[in-house]
Amino acid sequence: MVPTAYYLVLAAMLFSIGIGAFLIKRNVITIFISIELMLNAVNLTFVAFAHMWHQVNGQIFVFFVMVVAAAEAAVGLAIIISIFRTRRTLNVDEIDLMKS
Amino acid sequence: MPSSLIWFIPLLPFAGFLINGMLGRKLPRALVSAVALLFTALPAGIVAWLWMIMRADGAPDAIRVVSYPWIEISGFAVNFAFTVDHLTLIMLAVVTGVGFLIHIYSVGYMAEEEGYWRFFAYLNLFMFFMSVLVLADSFLLLFVGWEGVGLASYLLIGFYFKKASAANAGKKAFVVNRIGDFGFLLAMFLLVLHFGSLNFTQIFASIGQHPEWQGARFITGIALLLVVGAAGKSAQIPLYVWLPDAMEGPTPVSALIHAATMVTAGVYMVARCHTLFDRSPTALMVVACIGAATAIFAASIGMVQHDIKRVLAYSTISQLGYMFLACGVGAYAAGIFHLLTHAFFKALLFLAAGSVIHALSGEQDMRKMGGLRTRTPITFWTMSAGVFAIAGIPPFAGFFSKDEILYQAFASPNPIGKLLWLIGLVAAGMTSFYMFRLWFKTFFGQPRFEQLASMDQHGAVVHARSTTTLTMEAERDDDQAAHSHGVHESPWIMLVPLVALAVLSVIGGWVGVPAAMGGHNEIEHFLDPVFAANSATQAGTTAVNHGMELGLAAVSVLVALTGFYFAYIFYYKRPGTAAALAERAKPAYSLLEHKYWVDEFYTNFLVIPLLMMTRGFLETIFERGVVNGSGRAAGMATRGFAWAARRQMSGNIRSYAGWLAIGAAAVLAVMIFGRSLWAYL
Repeated sequence: MVPTAYYLVLAAMLFSIGIGAFLIKRNVITIFISIELMLNAVNLTFVAFAHMWHQVNGQIFVFFVMVVAAAEAAVGLAIIISIFRTRRTLNVDEIDLMKS
Repeated sequence: MPSSLIWFIPLLPFAGFLINGMLGRKLPRALVSAVALLFTALPAGIVAWLWMIMRADGAPDAIRVVSYPWIEISGFAVNFAFTVDHLTLIMLAVVTGVGFLIHIYSVGYMAEEEGYWRFFAYLNLFMFFMSVLVLADSFLLLFVGWEGVGLASYLLIGFYFKKASAANAGKKAFVVNRIGDFGFLLAMFLLVLHFGSLNFTQIFASIGQHPEWQGARFITGIALLLVVGAAGKSAQIPLYVWLPDAMEGPTPVSALIHAATMVTAGVYMVARCHTLFDRSPTALMVVACIGAATAIFAASIGMVQHDIKRVLAYSTISQLGYMFLACGVGAYAAGIFHLLTHAFFKALLFLAAGSVIHALSGEQDMRKMGGLRTRTPITFWTMSAGVFAIAGIPPFAGFFSKDEILYQAFASPNPIGKLLWLIGLVAAGMTSFYMFRLWFKTFFGQPRFEQLASMDQHGAVVHARSTTTLTMEAERDDDQAAHSHGVHESPWIMLVPLVALAVLSVIGGWVGVPAAMGGHNEIEHFLDPVFAANSATQAGTTAVNHGMELGLAAVSVLVALTGFYFAYIFYYKRPGTAAALAERAKPAYSLLEHKYWVDEFYTNFLVIPLLMMTRGFLETIFERGVVNGSGRAAGMATRGFAWAARRQMSGNIRSYAGWLAIGAAAVLAVMIFGRSLWAYL
């Protein structure tokens, strides 16, 4: 039996990778993927705890997160396509119209 | 309840003010005058009715009407309440009666002026506040009227507001009055402090219950502060400077506000507070000295002025001085008596002067009048009545009232009573002199205005050679054309009030014929319920001495005749004498002609330092430094903060994400280590 702490360390590593990629990468799609990575890191902790406490709540939360992530992916990809059509680029450093 | 009709005495003129003030611009002139006259005639009718009630046997000493509480703060209460007693009744009769006559006169006098509706709206507003002033039964309500008449006075002095001198005169009147009002306010604060009330009845009753307060310091303080207020409103030394300049207003205004009613408010207030003043010999002495000094001071200036209205203005100040003198020696009834007769003859003199000015198309300089006796006969005869009345020639009104004051001063227990009497007597001689000087210069001798008429049309010569800073400017270009059709008698609508006031000036004094001359001095008995406490003490101290009273009367008649004689010699018999004398006594003449340089003194020692302080200190350091500076500092701080905040909004997603990550890390750190860190601390 693998101890819960292992899962948690793995999830923390995945999450940190996600954050690092989110901050470093310039491509919108890569950033998007790093967000997915963070979400799944969180999902992993949910499942680990659900297994540890023998409760189903955490697994239900995971389903919620998956649903939201799917919806978010749909909207996000649509936005990315739209941005690409108008700006001809996916580099976030060039998409800074909202600055004051 | 018929006494609720009292409410309508002030409210009707106020309604007139509202109607004329809001709609007057669009109404025809006939309607404006009808409204103004109706809403002043009705209160006069109510006052006449009240008079009947109060004269009836078994009438109460005072009628009180209370509407509703105005201010109620933990034990301190002021109501909207009016009281009509005998003193108020006399004041009301003057205000509404003389006021109504002057309204009639104004219809004729102002007929061709611009802003006709505005004039009558202000005049009605004045009537409203003046009735509130005399009806009020508390200091606070009196103060409302007090300030209100000041406002109306300001508006009417500055009626020709396009003329700089008129606007400035209005401002001056307002500012000088404000000094007096400040004293009044402080007096009210002290009254609240010591009596916990501002109600006349309560305060005077409370004073009556404390005989040990005789000469108490706080009573003297309150009384002296009230005197400051009264001196401002009644144009006494040292606050009299606004009244001569107030002659910039239309002549009916001078007659109503600056001769008959508003300026007597100070005298009324002192008489109303006689219980207070009786307790403070110091304050009474101050009142008497101010009065006597003002009487002779203003009379001496009046002797050499050339502007007909200015002579009358100084005469008003001088006569108000008499009233103060009367109050100062405790003869309040005599003061009110003089107030009454003065209202008649001085209103008459001003209106007649207005008629003269009207006849001469706006000329006010007596050096350019003369010989008007035959051209304006009714004005001449009515004005003669006024001149004889003010000069103190029996049996005209002024003789009885002025003589009563002089007698009371002479007979009073006041240690310098005899000196006050002498000053009053000399002032009476001067009064007689300057009034007959005006009379002779205006109505007798050769006309001196023909050559002027042509000059006047070529431009304003009037102020070109004026020596004083604030001389009347008689030019009214807009109506010059309408009026320049030769010297003419005024229309009947102006003559009717003149005749009515002339009759009153002749017979008005007969209500106060002293016992020594076979009369009953009815006015004094009429006022007994108000001044009863005082006259009781008076009767004990001064033995009735008919012989002395008659002797004094003879002396003052002699003095008045002397004044007449000198005026006759100087300005009728040998017209060059006056100029020669003036040349010989150049410094004295110049001193008088420049009004003792009081205006210049005030300008140099009060106005200019004040302006320097405001411009030099308040404007540069306080206004620009502190007020503007703090505003600017607040703006700068906001802008700096905004600049820092704006730097965060780079539009760069990764920088937002970075901040987000740092924030999340910080929250995590606090959650994990925060507690132990807290415990460690």
